[in-house]
Amino acid sequence: MKPQDISRRNFLRQAACSGAALTLAAYLPAYGHTTSRIINPVTDGTLPGTELLSWISINPAGKVTLMCNRSEMGQGTFQAFPQMLAEELEVSLDDVEIAFAPANPEKYGPQPQEGSFSVRGWAPRLLHTGACAREMLIEAAAAEWHVSKNECYAENGTVINRKTEKRLPYGALVEKAAKLKPPAEVNLKKRADYKIIGKSAPRKDIPLKTNGSAIFGLDKKLPGMKYAVIERSKRFRETVKNFDDSETRKVPGVSHVFKVNRPVFSQYSEGVAVVADSLWAAMQGRKVLKVDWNDPDSDLPATASLEKQMHENLQKIGRHSKFETEYERCGQKLEASYETPYQSHSCMEPLNCTADVRADAIEIWGPIQEANWIQADLSQRFNVPIERVAVHMTFLGGGFGRKAFPDYPYEAAFISKEIQSPVQVVWTREDDMTAGPFRPGAFYTLKGGLDTQGRIHAFQANTATQWIGQEWSATPPGIPEAAGYNTGDFEGLLHPYRKGIPHYSFGGAGTHSPIPVMWWRSVYASTHGFACESFIDELARLAGKDPLAFRREHLPDPRYQALIDRMSELTNWQSHGKNQGWGAAFTECFTGICGHAVKITRNAEGKVRIEKVIALMDCGWYVNPDIIRAQVEGSIVMALGAATLHATTFEDGKAVQQNFDTYPMPRIADIPPIEVHIMENDEKPGGVGEPGLPPFAPALANAIFDLTGRRIRRLPFSLDEIS
Amino acid sequence: MSSYKLSVNGEAYTVDADEQMPLLWVIRDLIGLTGTKYGCGIAQCGACTVHLSGAPVRSCSFPVSAVGEQPVITIEGLSEDNSHPVQRAWIAEQVPQCGYCQSGQIMSAVALLASNADPDDEAINAAMNGNICRCGTYPRIRKAIKTAAGYSH
Repeated sequence: MKPQDISRRNFLRQAACSGAALTLAAYLPAYGHTTSRIINPVTDGTLPGTELLSWISINPAGKVTLMCNRSEMGQGTFQAFPQMLAEELEVSLDDVEIAFAPANPEKYGPQPQEGSFSVRGWAPRLLHTGACAREMLIEAAAAEWHVSKNECYAENGTVINRKTEKRLPYGALVEKAAKLKPPAEVNLKKRADYKIIGKSAPRKDIPLKTNGSAIFGLDKKLPGMKYAVIERSKRFRETVKNFDDSETRKVPGVSHVFKVNRPVFSQYSEGVAVVADSLWAAMQGRKVLKVDWNDPDSDLPATASLEKQMHENLQKIGRHSKFETEYERCGQKLEASYETPYQSHSCMEPLNCTADVRADAIEIWGPIQEANWIQADLSQRFNVPIERVAVHMTFLGGGFGRKAFPDYPYEAAFISKEIQSPVQVVWTREDDMTAGPFRPGAFYTLKGGLDTQGRIHAFQANTATQWIGQEWSATPPGIPEAAGYNTGDFEGLLHPYRKGIPHYSFGGAGTHSPIPVMWWRSVYASTHGFACESFIDELARLAGKDPLAFRREHLPDPRYQALIDRMSELTNWQSHGKNQGWGAAFTECFTGICGHAVKITRNAEGKVRIEKVIALMDCGWYVNPDIIRAQVEGSIVMALGAATLHATTFEDGKAVQQNFDTYPMPRIADIPPIEVHIMENDEKPGGVGEPGLPPFAPALANAIFDLTGRRIRRLPFSLDEIS
Repeated sequence: MSSYKLSVNGEAYTVDADEQMPLLWVIRDLIGLTGTKYGCGIAQCGACTVHLSGAPVRSCSFPVSAVGEQPVITIEGLSEDNSHPVQRAWIAEQVPQCGYCQSGQIMSAVALLASNADPDDEAINAAMNGNICRCGTYPRIRKAIKTAAGYSH
């Protein structure tokens, strides 16, 4: 499979198309239950008022409920979506409640929470929906007053007649408005006229998260619900030979022990489930369960052999003769290798899912990033019509891509069907950290040549990694190839520089392994960005130029010129003092552009310490600046962990790190002061949740070189070992 | 199985539990207060932090049999209406992202402020370093603790 074919979106499209058709005649909740007042926004789709254009519900008292069709895992969609709807609907955010839409692609469109897509993907539709609903309410009022629509306007949940100053609240109009045809065209507000968009409206989910009342997946309870834990294979792809549950069944509360499986791309992973009346009992039963495993039918991956394979594959990538010719013409040349590890998502809420499977229907609740895919997947695998599969999103205790995979809901449904009872399947931290899928490690060989002016004339990036999605196919990846000359779509790799570099070449080598891999916050850009932006810095040094000035030379796009100018101001770049190391990096992914500058120094013991991180996000048109700042702050913390603290390694066909004692996370004392700034422009909305992550590791590595002369080419590295 | 009398958030509960059952699961599954979270099970992440006689403990690794007569306070015991100064500060600084670790963060912060009304950065580091936040809300946690300290001045 060609690397350029494996963008996440293509992959999902293929996955969705191969599953059941994503269409619904009508949405029918599997079981009736009421959600009259939405405190915790898990809903079955029943709204407490009259529906207007699917997304909006208004009750006679004027209470407005807005639907959020995508999951909330901390990234702020739960706030950003109603901000967009409310702006054009002309209601105050104080007066609205928010509910999670259940999986229903016909009604709410595609719902996958991935690709930093919420605002950039949904702004046009939500603004238009809000505006249409407003116009329908105005039309209903005009009809009531027998006046022209043009005499009326809407403000704060009320339609007002300009001439008579008569007023009708939305609650009194919604029944009639809902029967009207939505207008074919509506005028959207100018950005300067926004009252809600562009403002840091406090997030409505936060008060639920400061008193313990937010319902995450693990907090979902159903009457008669049992709990299950699963002894899963530790070595990838081993299968259950037999098991001895004699001791397990003696544990009070344990009711069932049986073999289960879990779909992982084209394979099934096996395990033995222990079901009990309480989670504690299930865990105790699992402790005394004895399982014999068949050896896997594949290699037992180990980090050392994987890395050897990646190095060998890099050597096998085909040559671009045109590139070689241009590279050879360069007076100054540089070649370097970069290495990045596998990573675990390690969301704070371990995986879990609650399922209630009956003869003709499936209903699940959980921390879910991929409601539509899960609905289609369960429908197909259990042969239940899609309209009888209800998927409800709870709050997610982190996602980062891991909760966009349908394996854990399948397990819960499988067990519920077997025991004919509602069940919550809980993964322990160890289960969560060792099963994967993981972010794949990636190795790089980079070549760069400078012309006589010290500008990059030729640049080559060859990558060896386990491509995400390649395990979907039973066919091993093809021959390593020279994938593109002045073309190719490698997210985060040389993206912004292509206009400024005359000759560039990409090559890719898919590394085959039974380790399951998938997207992790910012996906390929999380590793590509480190290799590319570190190497650009190496070339700047080779050219004897200031790293920021060198980037300005190679990033001709005015948007990048403005970004670099602003970064120069914010960092006071010219004031660089002695005994300081400064590094900068800029990456682009999911249409968001972000720059980081890292300032480091040595402490009294001579150890390198980060003094400050300055981040500059250019996401174009935006909704909530405080959420953007929060996302970038969090991305920097996550990137700091991945760069300097943890990695997943493999021995004997299994992951070595099982919990936070061996997979250490950044803690409050590790966090330097972080400043986040947002570029003001009228570009299209760009991604936010992921683009803030990739520039950190290269900016830090560049700062370390600036201070110490030592070039970091492998992640993770320990700051304590830099002197 | 034994019977234990517990005081949780000022309420008396009697629970039947295995003596090794961690307080976390007693609180969540037997008493039904789900604000306290499971994160690691080995006292590494702090998501399960509750107060025992006012001191923060990792309830995932604290057997119910060791509680004795010490009163337990969970996140639900701070206030029902988010009126506790630390809750107010957490909202004012818009701390939570996913929110899963925040009950534990808040309980650690409340314990810190009870013993140190005006903590400096080092005191905050020492008291809060047992609580992991994967979303990376640490800068705001630091700020919110200082904001909360200001409320009570």
